[in-house]
Parts: sequence; structure tokens; C-alpha cells
Amino acid sequence: MLLTITTTHSPATDLGYLLHKHPDKFQSVDLPIGKAHIFYPESSEESTTIAVLLDINPIDMVRSGRKVSGTGFSLAQYVNDRPYVASSFMSVALSKAFSTAMNGNCADKPELVDTKLPLQVKLAVLPAPKGGEILIRKLFEPLGYKVKLQRHILDDSFKDWGDSKYFTLELSHTITIKELLSHLYILIPAIDNFKHYFVSQDEINKLLEKGKGWLSTHPEMEQITRRYLINLHSLSREALERLNEGDEPQEAAEEEGSKEKERKETLHQKRLSLVLEQLKKSGAQKVIDLGCGEGKLLRMLLKEKQFSTIAGTDVSYNELTRAKDRLHWDEMAPRQKERISLFQGALTYKDKRMEGYDAAAIVEVIEHLDTNRLLAFERVVFEFANPKTVVLTTPNGEYNVLFEGMDAGSMRHTDHRFEWTRKEFESWANGVGKRNNYTVEFLPVGEIEKKVGPPSQMAVFTYGN
Amino acid sequence: MEIKVPDLSLVLLIGASGSGKSTFAKKHFGKYEVVSSDECRGIVSNDENSQSATNEAFDVLRYITGKRLKNGYLTVIDATNVQPESRKGLIQLAREYHTLPVAIVLNIPQRECEDRNAKRPERDFGNHVIRQQKQQLKRSLRGLKREGFRQIYVLNSVEEVDSVTEIGRERLYNDKKDNKGPFDIIGDIHGCYDETLELIKKLGYSVKKVKDDGKNFGIDVTHKEARQIIFVGDLVDRGPDSPAVLKLVMSMVHSKVGICVPGNHDLKLQKKLNGKNVTVNHGLTETLEQLESESPEFIKQVKEFLYSLISHFVFDDGRLVVAHAGLKEEMQGRGSGAVRAFCLYGETTGETDEFGLPVRYNWASEYRGKAKVVYGHTPVPEAEWLNKTIDIDTGCVFGGKLTALRYPEEELVSVPAKKTYCEPAKPFIEEASEQMSHQQEYDDLLNIDDVIGKRIVQTRLRNNITIREENSIAALELMSRFAINPKWLIYLPPTMSPCGTSDLPDFLEHPNQAINYYKKRAVKKVICEEKHMGSRAVLVICKDEDTVLKRFGISDEGIGICYTRTGRNFFNDSKLEKEFLSRVAKALTKSKFWEKHNTDWVCLDAELMPWSAKAQSLIQDQYASVGAAAKNALVEVELVLKKAVDGGIGKAKQPLEQYSNRKTAIAKYTDAYRHYCWDVSSVEDYKLAPFHILATEGKVHVDKDHEWHMENIKELCKADEKIFRVTPYKVIDTQDKESVAEAVDWWLELTKVGGEGMVVKPYEFVATGRDGLLQPAVKCRGSEYLRIIYGPEYDLPENLERLKNRGLSRKRSLALREFALGIEGLERFVKKEPLRRIHESVFGVLALESEEVDPRL
Repeated sequence: MLLTITTTHSPATDLGYLLHKHPDKFQSVDLPIGKAHIFYPESSEESTTIAVLLDINPIDMVRSGRKVSGTGFSLAQYVNDRPYVASSFMSVALSKAFSTAMNGNCADKPELVDTKLPLQVKLAVLPAPKGGEILIRKLFEPLGYKVKLQRHILDDSFKDWGDSKYFTLELSHTITIKELLSHLYILIPAIDNFKHYFVSQDEINKLLEKGKGWLSTHPEMEQITRRYLINLHSLSREALERLNEGDEPQEAAEEEGSKEKERKETLHQKRLSLVLEQLKKSGAQKVIDLGCGEGKLLRMLLKEKQFSTIAGTDVSYNELTRAKDRLHWDEMAPRQKERISLFQGALTYKDKRMEGYDAAAIVEVIEHLDTNRLLAFERVVFEFANPKTVVLTTPNGEYNVLFEGMDAGSMRHTDHRFEWTRKEFESWANGVGKRNNYTVEFLPVGEIEKKVGPPSQMAVFTYGN
Repeated sequence: MEIKVPDLSLVLLIGASGSGKSTFAKKHFGKYEVVSSDECRGIVSNDENSQSATNEAFDVLRYITGKRLKNGYLTVIDATNVQPESRKGLIQLAREYHTLPVAIVLNIPQRECEDRNAKRPERDFGNHVIRQQKQQLKRSLRGLKREGFRQIYVLNSVEEVDSVTEIGRERLYNDKKDNKGPFDIIGDIHGCYDETLELIKKLGYSVKKVKDDGKNFGIDVTHKEARQIIFVGDLVDRGPDSPAVLKLVMSMVHSKVGICVPGNHDLKLQKKLNGKNVTVNHGLTETLEQLESESPEFIKQVKEFLYSLISHFVFDDGRLVVAHAGLKEEMQGRGSGAVRAFCLYGETTGETDEFGLPVRYNWASEYRGKAKVVYGHTPVPEAEWLNKTIDIDTGCVFGGKLTALRYPEEELVSVPAKKTYCEPAKPFIEEASEQMSHQQEYDDLLNIDDVIGKRIVQTRLRNNITIREENSIAALELMSRFAINPKWLIYLPPTMSPCGTSDLPDFLEHPNQAINYYKKRAVKKVICEEKHMGSRAVLVICKDEDTVLKRFGISDEGIGICYTRTGRNFFNDSKLEKEFLSRVAKALTKSKFWEKHNTDWVCLDAELMPWSAKAQSLIQDQYASVGAAAKNALVEVELVLKKAVDGGIGKAKQPLEQYSNRKTAIAKYTDAYRHYCWDVSSVEDYKLAPFHILATEGKVHVDKDHEWHMENIKELCKADEKIFRVTPYKVIDTQDKESVAEAVDWWLELTKVGGEGMVVKPYEFVATGRDGLLQPAVKCRGSEYLRIIYGPEYDLPENLERLKNRGLSRKRSLALREFALGIEGLERFVKKEPLRRIHESVFGVLALESEEVDPRL
């Protein structure tokens, strides 16, 4: 909401020339939503401060622009922090108010453009979700800033609610004003990790332009890029490619977070390969993926000649739409389309459409069901859909102790209702088998670790004796 | 000349090209009743005479005909139909839909046909075609009966065709829709005469001995309220006195106090008496022995009686169907061999079980029809409803009992067997399976077909409510991922509309508008209830786990549940949940609620506080976060603006004032949400404020006024003041200014200290006005509370002005539809309807909730 820049350069009033704003005036510029006021709380030869104050009406925000979404909170549009924080609005305000300075122009005193000035910056307040103090320091300190942070608590009447994600940030550095503005322009929204407008290709150009000369050598380049582009995968990849132009992709530069992600990816990939192997082994021709999600397994199944009929079902319509996208549904060759069908279904409702398949894959699904719904699930799948083979996987809860940063007793995903031990899983699966005339075989998914077993577990059910 | 065809039949016009079929059809049948092959040719090829389009044209013709017959409409096929193979397909189609095929042959001289065709230049296929068709027709005539036509009319000349003045419609024999009862429907008797007599008397019929007139067998049965008895068949065999039963029933049918459908045993007897070769077993031996001493005259009467029986009847405008072994929906009121066989034997899979008896397919488990079906045939220990069907054969002859179902009362009356007359091949009294009813066992799983796609739900309060497909798509995900066991979920509360915006300058909402809503719609008395700020909670509580099993068909899930307005479990901590529910149950017991309401379960609508208990993360991530951000930013803002003002920048004065106001607004906003937060560490930190006693056994309490609800709840709250909170209320006369002013003062008082506001409801639970159902409640929220809805600075004058312009019609329409659906769900549950019917209503509420409405309303 508020940014102040102070200099003790002598004469400090040079700041006014550089930023092209008269120290006695109270000026306002229009932003797409609301306004920004620019004024000088102090102005003397010794010390001059300029302030950029956002004036954003939350009601205006609702009427135009992007919805504040993703929280599942329906009132987020009306009750949100945007009017009070430093965000992409601040970047827009900076570029509008100080465009001359940002472009490196200063008609009256051109020599100031390249002069490094002692500068102090104060931002009130800066949201730093998923990153906090460490992130802020990681982004500013490599650029030479001295960082001072004050973290705010959520509510002083409820102290045990803990800290908020908001900081009052003070920076000091001796640097040109142009550099300062370009750093702030990119790093504020990167830390906030949100944009009030629709993010498109354009955004890459802005990033590259404002990041010229410093971003490609910043140790957190990748993270800044991703966060600035609000984690849009395709945009980030393109931006990084352009930033790395000429450089060999550096494996070593991979950060910890993405390694973790990669490890998870490989586990899921391993799991799917194992599922595919079992489905092939069963001799099935007609297969159904119950809980297909965005269709990773379906794509693997399509590649196999053995499967003449492939179906995918999921309870989430959004996931199914995504699956169709990933399968390039609309451009699919007719012969291929004949083999595959997708429909929305829930595994707790009896469903004729699930009948008639030789095999069913149920990959990481049951842990999303409340335990008291498992009996309904069992009947729907085993009694009524009744495929000859069922390949089912679920996490092995015992393995969780090996995950770093995971609290004891917590689960891998917030929607997981349970994560069974191998024993629990086996006793459930054997019960299902007994009640429905299936024989059960258990297989580990992933590397088996001492005492805790594999990260994930599989049961293969075969109908009849 | 008059031709008569059955009401529901497939009429084939048969005749060569040019024989005048289309003209005949147009003259005697309705616009949509005639399906013409020429027209179908035109539809698929743009040419009515295109012979190359014939196959596709007939596909269309058969498709249309099939749909019409399925829906129960007489259909006339206008095609030459001169070849047996073309008729064969159509006869099969008629059979498939259990309708009767009728042939009307236009056997016009060839010359006449040729002349007519000559006048139509587009028909240029030459006279040899007509000659051929005439020959085929001639060859067909004799075989028509054998092909399966029930009625055949042959018109041999133009004069005969013209002499047909009218084609009458005959009702089917099974159509007794205008007979509305009341009835007493009696199960399989099997010669148990004493029990039958006892049951009839118990049902209130008087049985007198009168002079035998040869038809009444000396018996006269009457009922002073003109009730009628329907026998579901199997009068004879196995039991001690089949002849006496026959005499009783024949006498009653004769005097019209009785109606009878045949059972398989009755038909077998008839066949035997007619000298047909049947295997004599299953108790037929006894019957034949018993009949030996009867006169030949009586035997003749029995034969005639049994021959005259119609396999099933449809009564009471189609609401009741009686058949010996039941009847599927698509066969009801229809006639075909398959219908008759189904009525007599039910559906069998063709296999036999370990007792050598045919394996019966339980058609009732898939029954979805509108009519109630009463039947017998398969002995069961207890008569029990399943999907609107009931088997009332309670195995009297096997030592069970003889049961009657009163209709429309749906009350079961029975008398025990005096002895076991016959040992059943298979023990029919199975161990009752854990006290779950057949319906509950069947309901164990819901079917996806009952929830997906576009749906139309009929409700008592507001007729048909349409659920759009995109909404059921959304609801399916919510329901299956997050909702509790659907057996608990008998109700979801409706959304509530706020009042219209206030015309007073400082208020967005004000009680005047809430009360005015009802005043304008001629509601004299309203009730104002304090609105607690917690989370909406619905509680289903049973007296004990036994009741849970019996009434809800749930085991091992405790004595009840507390769920949110979207059907999710309120508590994440099962231990706390158990403790909380048992406290509520104890209070119900202590306040003598069970006895007073003659029930062992209850469904309560309530608010559960604090808000922070359920909304903790929402409050922290959204509300407190905004507060923290704003407060800490505005401190700095004020500081720098002050500096600027002090430094002589005059234009900073106004912003300084403006931002100071924003700071004040933020402080008020933080205060607003803080009111609704407190820590919960034990069960007593929760406060439950019920406001509706929605339903108890046999009753949905929407027929009681709100004061009744409030007062009865007050009693309950007294039983445990630590966890219950009484909801204060005032009854207001909308016509009386003073009374209204009292409500306004009260609201001001409540909201001044941080209260959410109040809810204004019509005094009666269900209120209607000129345009139908009225809003069941209108909320009026306090000015401070509204900050957490509309944003901290909503009441700055420039904002308030704009916010006042808000539309309520969508929200109100939604509230009414959800209200009607919610009550419908409860009513269906109380009537013990199948779970899918209850689920349909509840699912509907959830689906409607995905409609987009301004969330601030």
C-alpha cells in the first residue's frame, strides 16, 4: 500500500529531479483500478523521502479485473488484503509514476542516472506467502541490499493464532535509482506471488525487460521467474529458456524444492508403470481407470495394442476436462477415439457404465474416501462393476517417517482421509477379496526401505478361484 | 359399420398402393397417431416415393412407433404391410411394448388402386407393382390370425371402406382406474378358509348366511363403508378347504364386494379341470380330493370363474396395481402373453435353487414406477414395502399368517395361521437380517442414474423443481467427496435471502424492510429471532444405536450426526463429536423429548457456535490476515501523510483524513469478527442454538408455527444450559407501528453489542401469498457484522450508496426452491420412502447451491 524511498545523497533533493516529481506537489496517477498518490513526506538537502501511496477501492476491484480466486472463499472478492499491501498494483504504480526514471532518463541532471545513491526503502506491507522472511532475504540480499524485516502477528487478541504472512520491509543499498525501481518492479509481485490481472505472454517481456542486467545472474532466477509468472508452468519455462539463452541447462542449479518434486514424480511414474504392467499381465482387453484424474494412465493405456476398450472416470469434472485436453480429445483420430471413453462418476454410487470391463485400475483413490464409505465403494467396484482384475494402490503410511518436514501423524495430502500401514491395507484388501470372491496379491510400489517398507502399496485382485 | 380397437394397440393398415390407406387413416385417427412409411421416406431422403430409402425409412418408423408405444399411445402404421415379413417386425414391436396388434385390411379391387395411382404422377412405379402387392395381400389374408393379430377387420370394397363411420376405442379389461377403493387387499389364501373368514371380519366386513341363489353360495359379505376386497390369487391348493375359499370369493366377486386376480395355482387348477395334462403336485392333489365331493355344477362354475379372471388390474387413476406375482412398470395396464406370464409367475432367471425351486429375479428392487404394486406369490415372513411395492403373502398355509393391506391407509392387518398345513420346500421364515428392512438393505447403495444429468424433482410445496445438469455435475463431486453417509443426510437447509436495502442513509440493511416484506404480502404476524453467528448445523439424533439401525439403516456410526449446510461432518474430531452428540441426546432424554413427541429420533436445525470452531482457517487466512495487513500498513500511511501535512503540503490533508477513516473502519472490522471467535478446548465451549424441530417419527413439523418450535426448543435448552443457547425471539404484528418499532429497537440493541442481527419469519412455518410460497425467512444483518461480508470499508458513504443497488430475485427464487426441496426430503424420509427419493431432494439442494448468486447476500 505504501512505498517510501529515502536518500541521504547530497543534495538529497536530487531525488526529485531523478524521479521527475516536484517535491512540493501532491500528485496522483490513475491506475487501472484506483489511484496512486505521490508526495514527499520530507524534503531537504540532507534527507529526502518520496512516498507512493496506493488508493484502491475494494469495490472497484470487484467490478473490474481478475477475481481473487483459488481460495475457495466466496467472499474473497470483497474481503481481501489487496488494498492494503504492496503487490502488482505497486509495480504498475511505479512504472506509471516513474517511467522516465525507469527508462534511465533525467533531462535536467542526466549525470544522476548512473550515479549510485545511498537509498533506503520502506514497504508497508509486503505479503510473502509460502516463503516468508527467508524468501525475502534470498531475493534481495544477493543484489546487495541490507534487509530489515518486521513480521506482523495475525491478531493481538488471539496471540496463539501466530504470525501473519505480512512484513514491513526496510531495504538499504547504494545503487542507481533505475536499478532500484527495476528490482522492486519484479521482486514485489514475485514475493506476493499474485497478479491482479490476467497473465499472458506479455508478462514475459516485462520480466525480461525489467530484469535486464541482473535477473539472469540472480541465484534465485528460477524462483523469481516462476513466482513472478504466478507459477504458470508454460510461461515460466519459456521465460527461463529465454533467460538462459546460450547457456547450457544447469542440472546442478536445480533447487531443493524441484528435486523433491521430481522424486515424487518418479514415484508416481513408477506406480503407473507397475499398474500398467499388472493390467497387461492380466490379459485384459477392456480396462477402466476408476479415478483417472487428468488421464496419465489413460495415455499410457492408449499406447498399448492389447487394450481394445479403455474408459476413464473421475468425480471431478474439471479433471476430466483436463484429461480431455491432455489426450487432445478433439483432434483424436476416429479409430483411437473409438477405443476410449470418459465419464463423470463417483465410486460410491452403483453405476452400470462401470460394468463389463476385464480390469480396473484404482490408483491412489481409496485414501480420499471416508472410511465409512469404503463399504459402498467395495460393493460398487467388486460386487457390481465386478471386473476380473482390480489393480489398486494406496500410500503406505509407515513410510511417512522418511519424508522430511512432515509432522508425525499428518498425511501426504490434505484430502487424504487415511494412510494405511501395510498391515491395515492387507487386512482390508483380504476382507474385500473374501467377501467378493477375489484372490489378492500384494506388491510394493517404489524402493523398499528397512522397517517401513515401500512408499506406496499395491493389491492385485483376481476374481474367482 | 363400426370398428373397435383396444385403447392401446398397434393398428396395421394393410393394402396395396392406392388402396386409400392414408385417406382412411386421416379420417379415423389423430394427427400424431398415424406413422406413415411414405412420410418417413420423405424425412430420410426428401422423396416420399424413394424406394431406395425404404430400409432407413422403416428404421425411423419403428423408432417413432416404439417411443409412442412405450409411452402408451395407440399407433397406426400407414404402410402397405402386404408381406408377412414386414408385418412380423411390427408385431414383434407391439409385443415388445405389450400392446395388442390389430389388422385393418383395405382389400380394394386392383383396378381402383391403379386408377388412383394414375392420378398421382409422382407414383410412376407401374401397375405390375400393384398387381404383385394384391397377390401378396391375398395370400396373407388367411394367415393373419396365426401371425398374432388380436383383431382383424377386412374391408373388401370402396363401399365397405366408406361405410366405416367410426373407430371406437375399447378399454382394456385390466383398466379399473376409475375404481378408487377403498380396498382391503388379501394375500395368498391357499385354502385357508377359517383364517380368511377371520381376517375379513377383522377388517370390518359382515358375513351373513343367506339363501343360496346358485351364485352366492349362501354367503353375503358387505362393508358398511363400501370397502372392497381384492384377492391377489392362489386361492387354492395345499390348504384344508379350497372349495370353501372358492365359494366365498366367487360369491364376493359376484356381489362386486370382491375383486380377484388369478394366481398360478388357480390357473393350474383350471387347466386340470378342463382336462389338460398338468403335473399334479404342490398341493393340487388336496384340492382335487376336496373337490371330489362337490357337484358337477359347482365344478363348472369354478371353471368359468377361473377362466374369467384378468391377470392384473390398475386402480385409482393408475396409482395402484394388483397382480399375483407383481408387475413391472412397463407392463402395467398392458396386455400380452408376457404380461400375463409375469403376473402369474413373476420374473424368473430360468435357474433353480438348492431346493429345486425356480430362482426368482427380484424385479421389485429395480422398480421405479409411480403406481404402488401389491402382490403375493412368494411367501415372506413380514410384508414390507420396497420401492413402492409390497409382497403380502405371509405364508398362512405354511403356518405364517394371512395378511391384508388396507388401501389407501397402507395399514397392515393380519391373522395368524391356525396351524402349519403344509411344510414349505424352503424355509420362508428367514432370520431377520440385523433388523434392517428390505428397503434399507436395498438402499445400501445409491444408483448414479438417480442423481446425474438434468433432473426434475417433484415437491409438495412448489411442484416441479428443475436441477440443471451442470449443477448436478458440481453436486456429485461435493456429495461423493465430502458429504457424510447419505443415509444420515435427510435434509439440507435452504439459503436465506437478506431483506431489501434500507432507505435510511446509514444502513444497508434494516428491520423495516424485513418486516415489510411480509407486511406487503398480507402476513399479519411475524416472528423475529436473534441470529446467532456461528455455523449452520443440522443434527440427527437417535435415542440409541438400535434406533439408528432400525430407522436409518446405519450401524457403527454412533447415535447421531451433526453436519454442515453442505452435508459435511461438522466435527473433524470424532471423540469430540461423540461427546457432543451424547450431551445433546442426554438433554433430549432429560427434557422428556422422546416421550413428548412420541419418537426415538429427531432432526434439528441449529446454529453451532463459535464461528471460529468450524471456520478457523477462514478467519485466520482471510479475516485476520486482512486486518493485520491493513492495520500495519495504515499506521505507516498515517505517519507519512502527517509528515507531508506538517511539511506544508496542503493537498495531503484530505487524504490524511480519508486514510484515518479507513484505519477506523479496519479497527471496527477486526472487532466485528472477534466477537464470533473463542477458543474451543472442550465440549462445553460449544454453544448450540437450535431453532427448528424439523422432524420426528411420523412427522415433519412444518405444520407448527414458529412459536411452537421456539417454546419446545426452550424446554430442551433448559436441560443442559452449558451447551445449549436459547434463541430470544419476539412475535411482531406487522400492522402495528409500535410492535414494529419494538422489533427495530431490539435489533439495534442486539447489533450494537456485536450481534449478527435477526431473522424475520412468518409466524406460520409455511406461508403463502398471492404468488405462492413466501420466503421462509428473511435475514436482517447488523451494520458492524456486514463489514465481514461487504468489506471493512463498505459503509463509507460513497460505497454504501453503490451497494444499496442490489438485486435479490435470484437469491429469493433459490431460497424458495431449496426450502421446498429440503422439506420434501424430510417428508419423504418420514413416509419411509426409498433412500434414492430422499437423496434426490437433498442432492437437489446441494446442486442448486452451485448456482451463481452474489455470495454477500
